[in-house]
Amino acid sequence: MPTEPWKIGDRTFQSRLLVGTGKFPSVSAMQSALEASGTEIVTVALRRVDLTGQKDPQADMLEEIDQEKYLVLANTSGAMNAEEAVRLARLAVAAGLPKWVKLEIHPDPRYLLPDPIETLKATEILAKEGFTILPYINADPVLAKRLEEAGAATVMPLGAPIGSNRGLETRAQIEIIIEQARVPVIVDAGLGAPSHAAAALEMGADGVLINTAIAVAEDPAAMATAFRLGVEAGRWAYESGLGPVRRVASATSPLTGFLDE
Amino acid sequence: MSGWPGSALEGLPFGQSAQVARFEELMFGPVRLEELAEQARWETRKYFGRTMRLFAPLYLSNECVNTCQYCGFSKDNPIRRVTLKPEEVEAEARHLAGTGFRSVLLVSGEHPREVPVDYLSECVRRTVPLFPTVAIEVAPLEVEEYRPVVAAGAEGLVLYQETYDRAAYAEMHVSGPKRNFDERLLGPERGYEAGFRRIGVGVLIGLADWRKELVALAGHLSHLMRVGWRAQITLALPRLRPAAGGFQPRVAMSDRDFVRAICAYRVAFPQAGIVLSTREPKKLRNGLMELGVTMMSAGSETEPGGYTGVGKERLHRTVRGREVALEASEWERAQATEQFEISDERSAEELGMALRQRGLDPVWKDWDRALTS
Repeated sequence: MPTEPWKIGDRTFQSRLLVGTGKFPSVSAMQSALEASGTEIVTVALRRVDLTGQKDPQADMLEEIDQEKYLVLANTSGAMNAEEAVRLARLAVAAGLPKWVKLEIHPDPRYLLPDPIETLKATEILAKEGFTILPYINADPVLAKRLEEAGAATVMPLGAPIGSNRGLETRAQIEIIIEQARVPVIVDAGLGAPSHAAAALEMGADGVLINTAIAVAEDPAAMATAFRLGVEAGRWAYESGLGPVRRVASATSPLTGFLDE
Repeated sequence: MSGWPGSALEGLPFGQSAQVARFEELMFGPVRLEELAEQARWETRKYFGRTMRLFAPLYLSNECVNTCQYCGFSKDNPIRRVTLKPEEVEAEARHLAGTGFRSVLLVSGEHPREVPVDYLSECVRRTVPLFPTVAIEVAPLEVEEYRPVVAAGAEGLVLYQETYDRAAYAEMHVSGPKRNFDERLLGPERGYEAGFRRIGVGVLIGLADWRKELVALAGHLSHLMRVGWRAQITLALPRLRPAAGGFQPRVAMSDRDFVRAICAYRVAFPQAGIVLSTREPKKLRNGLMELGVTMMSAGSETEPGGYTGVGKERLHRTVRGREVALEASEWERAQATEQFEISDERSAEELGMALRQRGLDPVWKDWDRALTS
């Protein structure tokens, strides 16, 4: 029994696992991982591909991804401000990519933490131009609402810094984002194990995006399978209705027992 | 350790930091190298993936007004010199792009008359259409001098301090503007202010006590990460090799210590880029591919015109600021003199193959001009 399908913008998807294409040891390792993950959406960093239309063989990542099978989501990573991100997104469309963009603006090249102000600005501009925008953000509930109002198709809060594999360190904030969101919430960045992905889906995230944990595994395809299963397990659990979490045993009711006397 | 390398930061404008302390502990403390290497490999994979970025140097000029004891381009060395014309730089760049590179480093000796800022900017402008990534490695400039170079399209700046030991610095840099230690030390910050996005710092191993040099470099990294928070900081530790002028490195650093240093920087500064020179031999370069290094050059020529032979009809010596013609007999092997001998002579393609054999994907293009123009 498959889990419920879901929608981003006007498109419906079955898989709730999005996969990034950076950091793989080879093109073939990437291809088999994408296959094994069951993903329908893959992100590609625009700075790694040739946008001039000259099909540079030294930057031919797009040639290696079956665009019939996967929706290619252009990623603006490398952009430090709204202007640069908007320019890249437009170039990607001009180069023949779909009008979908994973908006990633990080002025800090170390922790790659997203700039909330520039991200909002770029979302406002690109929404007017008809882009389907998936913005990468820190787990900030107010920003998530502001982006939704500005026309973002999803919000993508981070679990932990990109590449850190530390899991859902921002859980409390993501819970608020999920509670308030009217667009899909995709947890992006920092998820290092299938159990992290499962936990995100269990708490009601609509999807997760994984790159590092799959790409740098000894066997990327096997790890992609593990993440596929983790995502499915988490979603199944969510759809089946998880019981409430109790922090203490509650066999008796010493404080309110008198009501039954 | 007892904290003795802490004194390596004395006299330098870098504050202590937890990262420097961590580096010292990993480098000099009771940490097994194999365990450190394992950790370094994992950190590299997490932040940079199972990939290697490749670049090539392109020498513009080997004219120089400085006398530096360890450098082949040193002013008084009777070497064959030339400054490429911008169109010759373009020819060299076109050749390099043809061999697969998409990232280039323009290198030059210091010579305000032969290599002025306008010339540098023009060389960048000629190179930019051929390379998504252009960096420069030239004498330190002022913010206002760097700006036109950035505007011309360079986004990377490489400026090694050579040595952080003031006494050794004074001794090594016998004459010329390079004698100004602090002018050089603050160059990377000025470059950041002018808009460079990648900033490379480094130290030449072989000029002073390498233990102190390593700690000082860690201090510099930590400092730059605070000051230049928007820049990608990279580091390099070229071990000196014999150069024209007969210089022999004064202190040696063993391969084991060198590998340990790369691993310790990687773990203490997980997101810093680490560049490995072709000065190092093939075996060591292969071994280090997975242990922290994120950028390598290949097929390098370290003299102007080295790739295509352009400019060779203008080769000359420079004596007291004046050009002197070469002896007739010298024209036979007419090429400019290189800055240093490289050790790993593999071509870009061969290095790419070696990387793939080790499960690393060579990355040629990792930047797009559209980001900055």
